[in-house]
Order: sequence, then structure tokens, then C-alpha cells
Amino acid sequence: MNIIEMRNIRKTYDTGKVKVEALKGVDLEIKKGQMVAIVGPSGSGKSTLMNLLGCLDTPTDGHYQLGGENVAGVTRDQLAEIRNRRVGFVFQNFNLLPHISSLENVELPMLFGGMPVRERRERATELLTRVGLGERTEHKPTELSGGQMQRVAIARALAMEPDIILADEPTGNLDTSSGSDIMSIFTDLWKQGRTLVIITHDPALASRASRVVEIRDGVVVRDHNN
Amino acid sequence: MSDFHIVYTLFASSARLQRKRAYLTIAAIAWGTVAILMLLAFGEGLRRQLEKNRRSTGENLAIIWPSETSKPYKGLPAGRAIRPRVADVDFIRERLPELAAVHGEIQTWRPAVYGRTTKNLRVIGANWSYGESRKHYPQAGGRFFNAEDEQQRRRVIFLGDEIAKDLFHDEEPVGKTLLVNNSPYLVIGVMQHKTQMGMYGGPDSNHAVIPITTFRAQFGREQLNELVIEVKDPASMKSELRKLNELLGPKFGYDPTDDRAMPTWDFVKGAEMNKKILLGIQLFLGIVGALTLIIGGVGVANIMYAVVKERTREIGVKMALGAKRRWIIIPFVAEGMLYTLIGGALGIIIATLIVAACSFIPVESNKVLAFLGRPTLSPMIGVATSAILGIIGLLAGYFPARRAASVDPAATLRYE
Repeated sequence: MNIIEMRNIRKTYDTGKVKVEALKGVDLEIKKGQMVAIVGPSGSGKSTLMNLLGCLDTPTDGHYQLGGENVAGVTRDQLAEIRNRRVGFVFQNFNLLPHISSLENVELPMLFGGMPVRERRERATELLTRVGLGERTEHKPTELSGGQMQRVAIARALAMEPDIILADEPTGNLDTSSGSDIMSIFTDLWKQGRTLVIITHDPALASRASRVVEIRDGVVVRDHNN
Repeated sequence: MSDFHIVYTLFASSARLQRKRAYLTIAAIAWGTVAILMLLAFGEGLRRQLEKNRRSTGENLAIIWPSETSKPYKGLPAGRAIRPRVADVDFIRERLPELAAVHGEIQTWRPAVYGRTTKNLRVIGANWSYGESRKHYPQAGGRFFNAEDEQQRRRVIFLGDEIAKDLFHDEEPVGKTLLVNNSPYLVIGVMQHKTQMGMYGGPDSNHAVIPITTFRAQFGREQLNELVIEVKDPASMKSELRKLNELLGPKFGYDPTDDRAMPTWDFVKGAEMNKKILLGIQLFLGIVGALTLIIGGVGVANIMYAVVKERTREIGVKMALGAKRRWIIIPFVAEGMLYTLIGGALGIIIATLIVAACSFIPVESNKVLAFLGRPTLSPMIGVATSAILGIIGLLAGYFPARRAASVDPAATLRYE
């Protein structure tokens, strides 16, 4: 079953005078349970693809289905709801809210998803325990190390049981040892049957993926299984 | 799981302003609130004081000065003098019984002597009910003259409070004998002090009133200087004046539409004019205050814009995680409102304290304040200020919040 189905996706940025075609017809299918690395040099269109995959942006042209749901012509609020239910984000710079605790950070998507207080507290605690931060639920992100912050972010990404976990250079800001910790967590998640899409420069991380998609100048140039 | 819960949780867990910024913002709103409240309170005090002062000459009155005709009437030429006499007052009373009161007034200046003090005194001859109509209220221990005094042509005199002081200094005037034009008069009362807005001939505090019958007997004058009428219902003033002229016109030979024959000061009309002017002043003060408050509101909006900019990433993260537009907007609006309302509440407290402190200022003994009054807060002012504060708070939060909701999450999340 295809979690992600992209057909001839184009994305053009219109900055008034100059039109930049970031994606020039991308076809991509990702099956449930795959761990896909998207690689490519900077300026290749990776980030644009990531924004489209994560429903942070909509394509200029083409057809995109996420978990069988058509992502086109929906309102901003509907798009927000799709992100909430179907996508778990892990960012290079973690993007945790600095003034609230790890627990509250993990609770946030569940709050937006409409989960009652007690349930989301329980679940957030459980998720933090699962990533090895059961002792640090009340710590604020600023009191955590980079690797720990990324683990909070992963717990947050898992909160709504999303269809895909979308990670954007998840080890980019980490030292080698915490980086490999995070990679192991991703591998474990994959082994549990989750679908992961990882955008990365890091060959070590890419090599752990079951499938590598290489993108260059807005088109997919290589798509192979490891 | 309601929207309210989500919004509340977001609001409660959202970052707060740095202390100094919050204080400054709140102080700006508090300052604006104090400004608008004080200006409105000042306007209200002025209005009440002027209203009181205006009423101190009398209410629902018209003063009529018999004068000269300016239109020919039934073969009579223009320029004839109209001269009603003391007896005509009874004639008017009889023919226009719906009037609350009709008084004749005769005036003269005569020397008044008490002990070694001599003053030139304005003496008014009037009917006994004049005291009530023209608010010549006696101080404790005295009285205005009554019907019997008038009937018996008693030589009794009622003094204005200032002339009483000038003549008697620190002595109690009531019961003393005052020589007016070398005739002895018994002082029966002294007027309570009042601040007058409108007057004719001079302030009431500087004249003396005697029964009109006594006046006629003493000074041998019949001709009225003024007619004073009082109506029961202020709305009827215009029609009563027309009826009066229709009554007196044929009697004295003037055209009832000739407004130069009987020039009239209509207190009711004056009161309406006054009301309009005061409303204008209050509006002006209110607008000045509101402008000051708006500056405070601009301060809040400014801070909130800065906050949106600072929290762009936070907003982007929330959006990426599935926050809907309103969940971003409402907490921002609420935050703007919060600062505005705290500042507003503070301003209201300060202004109330200032107004309360002002109530210790003695108004009656101060010549300026006797006209300006003291700042007074009214429920109306509270409602108006709260409404303006609410609107400003809402706007100051709403526009920055709209910008917050237009944040593009894709653009904010990737880079430091």
C-alpha cells in the first residue's frame, strides 16, 4: 500500500520578476513500512520536496495523495489537520518550544488533535520513556543536550501515530555519538513497521535506509534499494 | 475537547513578555486611561457645577424687560415705550393662571447706612413669592418676606450675602435695623451663598429685596423694570411667552410679534444651549483623552508586532504540528487584551484615587473652582472608557495576531 503517491509534482516559486522552478515533475511512491532517504546537493529541491511531503506547502501542479487522502485544494486549516494526523516532523534544529517542558512539547500535537488532558499526559510520558527521557519530562529544552532534544522531537513526532515520520537532516546539528544514537532510534522505529522519510546529506544515515532517492535540479535522478 | 480548552492551554503556556516591556506597555495604557478618565471627570465636574450655577438664578424662568416698540401697531407709531405697572402683575396672574408664578420687579439704587458704614445699595421691590422663584434662600435664622409683609407694606429687607457682609462685617445682620434712603428697615434674612452663572443688573448676592408694596410707598414708583414669569413645564415656555405677548400686546398697544417691545431672556432656551455647549466640551475632552489612550494602544500593538516577530518560529512550529489559524490568533488577541485590561484597570484605580483626593478640595470658597467644579466620575464615564479600552485592546491584539497567523511554517522551520 502506498502511503505517499506523487505524480508529476511541480513547484514554482514566483518572486515577482523571477520564477524559480524548484521541482520539475517529481514522481514518487513510498510504501508503508519503508525507510527512505532523500539525498541531493543543496539547491536540488530537497527542501521543497520535504515541504510538499509534509503538507507545509502545496504543489503548483501535480497530484499528491498522502495516506489515500488527496492533498490539493484544501484550506489552510484542513492542511493543518492533515499535518497533525498524518505527519510527524523531526527537524535539524529540533524546533522545540523553549519555554515549556519536554512533556508539554510532546503533548502539543495531541492538544491540537483534541486529545483529553489525562490521556495526552500519559501518552507523552510513555513516549518520552520510550526514547529514554523518562526522567527528564519536566526539563525544558534549554536544559537538555542536542541529542536529548532530538529525542524529545522524535517523541513529539510519534505522538499522533502519524502515517509518516518526516525527518529533515535529523543528525545535522549533532555530534557523531548522539547522531548515531538518533540513527539507531530511527532504525528501531523502522523495524517496528513505521514509514520514515529522511532528508539528509549524511551518507552514514542514508546508508541505513532501505531505499535511497537522489534528487538533482528538481527531478529524481536515482532511486534504488540498499 | 473544546476550542476553548485548546486556546486556553496555548495561552497559558505561551511565552510571556519580558518584564520591563510588559511594564512599559501596561504603563502606557494606564497613562492613557488616567488621561481619558481625568478629562472626562473634569468635563463631568464642569457640567455639574455649571448646571448647578445656572440653576442658582432660578429654573424655568423668563425675564422680560418692557422696552420700546419697533413696529407700528393699530395706527400707533414705532418707538413707543411699554410701561407695565405693579397692578399689571395681578392682571397677568389672573389671565394666565397656568403660569407657576408671575413677579414684578422694580429697582433703584439708594444709600444704605449701618453704623459707620454706608454703601450704595441696589434695592429691588418684588412680590413675596419671588424669593422661591429666584432662589433667594435664607441663611439659618432668617427668612424671606411673606405675603403679610407685602400686604402690610412692612419695611423689611432681605440682603444678599455679600452686601450683608459689606454693611455688617462680622455682625449678625438679622434683627438689625438698616437705614435705606434714611428710612429704617428691619433686616429679616440674608441669602445663602450661591455661584450664579447668569444674572441681570448684578449678582443676587449684592442686592437687597423689599416688598414691592413697600417699594411703591417709599420711592413712589409704579413702573416695573422687569417681569419675571415661571412656567411649570419647561417645554411650555415658548407657548406661554407667546400667550403673554398676545395678552399684553393689545393692552399696552404693541404688536405681539414685536420682539423689541418686550425683550425676553428665556432661561429654558439658555439651558438647552448650555447643555449643547457642555456636551461639546465633554466630547472634545473625551476625544482628546481617547487619542491619548490610542497612543497607548499603538504601544500595545507595537509590542505585539515585535512579539509576533520574535515568536515566528514558535508559531511556525505550532502550525507544523497542526495548529489551526484561530488557535494562533486568539491567544495573541487575548495577550494584547490582557495588557490593555491590566493597564486599564490600573488607570481606573489611579484616576479614582485622584478624583477621590479632589473631593477634599473646598470648591465653594474658591472663586475659580466655584465655576469649574471638581472632577467627578460617573457610571457613563466608566462605561465609555471600558468600551474604548476594550476596542483598543482588541485591535491592538488582532492586527498583530493576523500577521502571526499568516506566518509560513515552511519558511520558518528549517534554518536558525
